[in-house]
Amino acid sequence: MISETLVWLIPLPPLLAFFLIVVFTNRNKALSHWLALIAAGLSWAISMVIFGRAVRTEGLAEHPFAHAIDWLPTGTTSLKIGIQIDPLSAVVLFFVAITVLMIFIYSTGYHNYGQPAGQHDRKGLPPEGAEVKDAKGKLVKVPSIEPMYSRFFALISLFAFAMFLLVVTDNLLTLYVGWEIMGLCSYLLIGFWYAKESARKAMIKAFLTTRVGDVFMLLGLAALYALTGTLNYQEILGNPAVLEQLAGTLSPVFSLSWAALIGLLIFIGTVGKSAQFPLHIWLPDAMEGPTPVSAMIHAATMVSAGVYLVIRFFPLLSAGWEPGGTLTTPMLVMGIIGSFTAIFAATIAVAQNDIKRVLAFSTISQLGYMIAALGVGAYAAAAFHLVTHAFFKALLFLGSGSIIHGMEHGIFHTGEHIDPQNMLNMGGLRKKMPITFWTFLIGGLALSGFPLITAGFWSKDEILSGAFKGGQMGVFITLALAALLTAFYTARQITLTFLGKPRSKAAEHAQESKWTMTAPLAILSVFAIGAGWAGIPADFPGLGGLLPNWFEEFVGSMLHFEHVESVHSLVPLITSLVVALGGLALGWVVYKGLQKPVDPLEKSLGGLHTVLKNKYYIDEFYQAAFIRPALWLADVFTYKFLDQTIIDGVLHGIARFGVWLGNGLRNIIDLPVVNGAGDNAARGTRGLGLYLRSRQSGRIQQYMVIAISLLVLAGLVIYFTVGLG
Amino acid sequence: MIPLSWYLIAAAALFCIGLVGVLSRKSAVSILMCVELMLNAVNINLVAFWHYHSQLQGVSQVAPQVFVAIVFIVAAAEVAIGLALIISAYRRRETSVVDEMTLLKG
Amino acid sequence: MSGLQVVFLIAAAVTIFSGVMVVASRKMMHSALWLILSLMGVAVLFGSLQAGFFAIVQILVYIGAISILIIFTVMLTRRMMDEGHPGLIKGWWLPALMGVILFGLLAVFISTWDNFQVMLNELPANPENLAGFGAALVDPAGYVIPFEVASVLLLAALVGAIYIAVEGKEKAG
Repeated sequence: MISETLVWLIPLPPLLAFFLIVVFTNRNKALSHWLALIAAGLSWAISMVIFGRAVRTEGLAEHPFAHAIDWLPTGTTSLKIGIQIDPLSAVVLFFVAITVLMIFIYSTGYHNYGQPAGQHDRKGLPPEGAEVKDAKGKLVKVPSIEPMYSRFFALISLFAFAMFLLVVTDNLLTLYVGWEIMGLCSYLLIGFWYAKESARKAMIKAFLTTRVGDVFMLLGLAALYALTGTLNYQEILGNPAVLEQLAGTLSPVFSLSWAALIGLLIFIGTVGKSAQFPLHIWLPDAMEGPTPVSAMIHAATMVSAGVYLVIRFFPLLSAGWEPGGTLTTPMLVMGIIGSFTAIFAATIAVAQNDIKRVLAFSTISQLGYMIAALGVGAYAAAAFHLVTHAFFKALLFLGSGSIIHGMEHGIFHTGEHIDPQNMLNMGGLRKKMPITFWTFLIGGLALSGFPLITAGFWSKDEILSGAFKGGQMGVFITLALAALLTAFYTARQITLTFLGKPRSKAAEHAQESKWTMTAPLAILSVFAIGAGWAGIPADFPGLGGLLPNWFEEFVGSMLHFEHVESVHSLVPLITSLVVALGGLALGWVVYKGLQKPVDPLEKSLGGLHTVLKNKYYIDEFYQAAFIRPALWLADVFTYKFLDQTIIDGVLHGIARFGVWLGNGLRNIIDLPVVNGAGDNAARGTRGLGLYLRSRQSGRIQQYMVIAISLLVLAGLVIYFTVGLG
Repeated sequence: MIPLSWYLIAAAALFCIGLVGVLSRKSAVSILMCVELMLNAVNINLVAFWHYHSQLQGVSQVAPQVFVAIVFIVAAAEVAIGLALIISAYRRRETSVVDEMTLLKG
Repeated sequence: MSGLQVVFLIAAAVTIFSGVMVVASRKMMHSALWLILSLMGVAVLFGSLQAGFFAIVQILVYIGAISILIIFTVMLTRRMMDEGHPGLIKGWWLPALMGVILFGLLAVFISTWDNFQVMLNELPANPENLAGFGAALVDPAGYVIPFEVASVLLLAALVGAIYIAVEGKEKAG
């Protein structure tokens, strides 16, 4: 089939699977997961075919696989819906398809497919385990299957659909559609165990926080459409005339150029989605969801989508910038926010004890890396790190899920009441869970940038050398420090989890997970190592030139800059060697002999550790600065003042007047016959009370009245001020 | 030989009546009826503009006709669902007074 | 004043008066009957615009189907509705006031805008071109997607309505 048709087909299988599972097969767990798996497999297969063809196509950047049809007519023009595969979307498609498929396979194991249903399991809560009789007739507790198994697969299928849609689309509008569907899915998936209050809070937090970014992004979209009349990538980003015009005209805000303003607005969307400071707070809480969800959100899809967006819009963000020249405003902002986020999140990760939270902050930090790389103009390096990071971070998340599973097994066995996610309770899992250990080790080394063999080294090295070559010393030093911290907390995590002696009985009885969980780990670890070889710089001492630097050529062809030849300086290389090895060694030394579940840093860092552990109190700050005032406004101003005082007050006033009048008349007439003034007063009060009570329900129409009244008011104001034009 | 504005004003009147009804009727069925009035007002506008447009172009215009047809379809769907909901709510809660359906109240 | 104008004025007056009665009637059954009259008036307005097809559709769909459905619902739920409840909420004067002002604004806007003062003349032969309309609905270059989507919507509404209204055994009580 021709490539364009195939690309159209990529997002469809997961969508189809979603509908089929929701409508038909949600009672049958096996059928549901097979549907989802087959759909993910189909999308994966088509993606690989497309990727293969894209790699072999000459000049793909100028002539991408593209096709579009009219979608919504808007007067004389029409909004189009279409697909486009260029080098950037091809590589993103590559890693998305693989990680998604792996996560799907892993999920069957993670949700205990094949295990009995638990006697006490309820929908909306994690399975608590089932009691079954073993061969000797003794009651033992074993893991039980997730009660909402089908629902999970339906939701992640929808999620996968949205991600594929976002990758293959050729315009911002469809990208935004995919973006928002993912927002919805992440909301539903984070709150998958909705009976837990923490999960409910986390889901709302994630949804609202990302929404803040999305609103700004939508504004950027609208501005872009208003100025250029199109949202197609090629027509905006591939057209120097449009970019020049946008960069040359001033917008009304802060005397930024339109390109800078739109770039910043779109970047704020990324800040929300990719959890950059100051909108990073939702991501650690998103750990409330099941582990495959964390991997989906953190590695394969949602957060990558944010970075993908800014990489995609790099030509707009950097409009007016030449390599080596002064940075544009959006690039400067990205450099600052990215490098700050990188080090900020890395410091927090050092003090976390929950295995998934460490990874969450590590993700934030690594995404900061990519953003910072873009800020200094290291375009290909950012894309490269996006790809390698997706592989090793998915590996780490899935690995941590496997660890938690193993620990839960131990807890079932011993009946201890400890947190299976707390690393301080682990230790010595290396012997119990060998496959998980080795794959986790590979992922961890890749994350910390272990020299030469791991993918993370190559991509991180490129970012560091990009910052160094670009002359951005502040960014360079910050990122190097962040890399040191990264290596440190990775070593801490591996040492606490796998090395040493078990620090709890549960850890002693942990057990390796099933093959459905370990096989994806093994496959991902291959990529966590191998993906780096696609991008070894040609001028790297010793190794450079053995393999062509395929990645930079392929993705770099997206930009229209002249290729700048530069000498590979040894400074960034030595820096990355030192920070990676030094951090790893330091982490190992500090944590290797830990006996009791207490963090030795707690003593040596003192108050600082508490600050880090509480994530710099940013959540508390937001609570005090934004959420409380908003609640206060809603409660006191809107409800008590507007609703109860003004609206009800007017109505009550009229009613009271009526009651008063009636009472008055009646008293005058009745006075000679009955001196029942007290009686009537009581009756009046009672009537008023009844009336008041009836006012307290069903307000929807009143709200509509207010809306219409405001509309009328606006109409009157226009009529009397502007006139009829 | 009727001015276009007559139709528009008639439609505006019908729309406002429907709006008042939606805002002030108590029972859900009545509210649905008033929504139908509002939809009809919209349709009067659409048909009037269809006539106007066809007159300008000299040929019958298809787009407004499609629009009107779709408004009909939406109205039918809305009534089907709305009435089913009302019947269902009535059965369960023995009321079709909107004021008394406050289960979703926070 | 031409004959057509007289027809228009009568039809519009009937439509609007019955509209008012729909809102103002105390009994819902009366409202429903007034609604039918109002819809009939709208059909006449359609006819006066030479949209005979839509006039017929209006009668078939609105009066034949929707009104009958509404009347059935009124009868099914009438026990609650008949007595003891005034039809309007307390404080109905506020929406009524707003409606009047809104109408006043709209009327002023409409009657002062020159383009709206165009006389609607009689269209040439075959004004509706129903064959063309039908062809456009199933033409891939025309409106086949909206048309199909609308059919799916209708189907979904049907299924949904049945699902909602059928009392499931496990849900009873």
